[in-house]
Amino acid sequence: MLKARELTRRFGPLLAVDRLSFEVEPGTVLGFLGPNGAGKSTTMKMLTGFLAPTSGTAEILGHDICRDSLAARRVMGYLPEGAPLYGELTVAQFLAFTAEARGFRGEERARRVNRAVERLELGSVMGQTIETLSKGFKRRVGLAQAILHDPPVLILDEPTDGLDPNQKHQVRSLIREMSPERIIVISTHILEEVDALCTRAMIIANGRLLADDTPRGLLGHSRYHNAVSLELNELDRAASRLGELPEAREVEIRRGRLTVFPSGQGDLFRAVGKVIDEEGWKVSHVQLESGRLDEVFRTITRKEAA
Amino acid sequence: MSAANILVVMRRELASYFATPVAYVFIVIFLVMSAAFAFHLGGFYEREIADLQPFFRFHPWIYLFLVPAVGMRLWAEERKYGTIELLLTLPITAAEAVIGKFVAAWLFVGLALALTFPMWITVNVLGNPDNGVIVAGYIGSWLMAGGFLAISACLSATTRNQVVAFILSVVVCFGFLLSGLPIVLDLFRGWLPQALVDGIANLSFLMHFDSISRGVIDLRNIIYFTLVIGFWLLANRIVLEIRKAD
Repeated sequence: MLKARELTRRFGPLLAVDRLSFEVEPGTVLGFLGPNGAGKSTTMKMLTGFLAPTSGTAEILGHDICRDSLAARRVMGYLPEGAPLYGELTVAQFLAFTAEARGFRGEERARRVNRAVERLELGSVMGQTIETLSKGFKRRVGLAQAILHDPPVLILDEPTDGLDPNQKHQVRSLIREMSPERIIVISTHILEEVDALCTRAMIIANGRLLADDTPRGLLGHSRYHNAVSLELNELDRAASRLGELPEAREVEIRRGRLTVFPSGQGDLFRAVGKVIDEEGWKVSHVQLESGRLDEVFRTITRKEAA
Repeated sequence: MSAANILVVMRRELASYFATPVAYVFIVIFLVMSAAFAFHLGGFYEREIADLQPFFRFHPWIYLFLVPAVGMRLWAEERKYGTIELLLTLPITAAEAVIGKFVAAWLFVGLALALTFPMWITVNVLGNPDNGVIVAGYIGSWLMAGGFLAISACLSATTRNQVVAFILSVVVCFGFLLSGLPIVLDLFRGWLPQALVDGIANLSFLMHFDSISRGVIDLRNIIYFTLVIGFWLLANRIVLEIRKAD
């Protein structure tokens, strides 16, 4: 269990993280979502023991991050923002260093390094110096370093930032593969990632927790949640006809696409289908919207700014 | 504090030194300068005395520029590239990291110093020097390098810019080097009590190094350099805590 209690960090007059409290159970992939400068990285830096909280504290599997920092760090793997690495070292040297710093020696060290190298497919670049590697490889070296000791808690700051779609997919598969039994906290500003990866999402802005829900739950806050979108020829006529339905609250036309928002009564999708049949419209596309995270994100974080 | 952790940090640091040309450039420049000064400025041959005085005499001045060049990267580079976050979130204490890095740099300077052994062979071929004095000179020189290095390591932690770290270190090292000379003491003599002026004079690297390199291994001189190193490493640890996140 990871427990944060009233975690607060000030940088001079700036309140970067403001009394953040939350608990995370094993088996959770928690996504920190928020605009740049929201306090996501600062929170991670405090959890991993790099920064001392101004007030408040957190417990990682029962180890207090302030009083028992070393024990807490032992059970955590951390990928700092931008995956900083010692560029002048080879991948093999670097991973040997982190393995030793984690207390592995001799055969055990080799075994740990080999396993991480296999998992991240780094075998081909072991003898290369890190600064000559592509961004994707560098990020994978950073991840290898974080999972080397098979930690029950993983803190990954923007693990897929700057990667191409294939590399993103690979990193996400790895995280998904590691997620059972583990506590994984990732920060991101890529919303699709939250949907694809996280079992829980927290929206943070100005250091404060604004929403804490499953990605599905967050989508429920969207205006588009359960709305029906259509593409057809006679947009205006369809709009006025559908707007009369008791199941519809509002109708919107945008970029050749008609969206009907639900009023909350009855089943909008069924009602729209019935009208289409009755009127005999030629519809090229019908879709039941699950909601749009970017819209939820904007609404929640803008409300905060206002 | 665990010696194993200090060793891990130290080995990583040494690997970095030798992964870049910095190490080789430093060693070559140190060897060339120390020999050139001993022969040309020190009059190594002309004196016709079998000792290494003309060699050791210039070490403080060579170290003044070369040691800050070794020390400047210790923390500034970690801060610039963000690897400090990696290092200090491993299960290693800040004190272990400070000591490990310092020891690596100190051993590295020690290696450069050891590679001047042809000088030692030369005096032994040419005459019958007092080898005890020469050993004392080497120990004193290495201790003094440690003092300069501890200052440089601490100041390197104050910035992420290596050039700034270098300049700050040279200035502070210069102060410590010269604090026994009239040029520094005259600044204080008018308005500070004599006891404090003597205190400042006693901080001088030059004075303590001089007596060691003449063969007098006085415990006080060794304690002096040990205290200087200890003080600056402690300061390094504190600076790190305050400035690491900036």
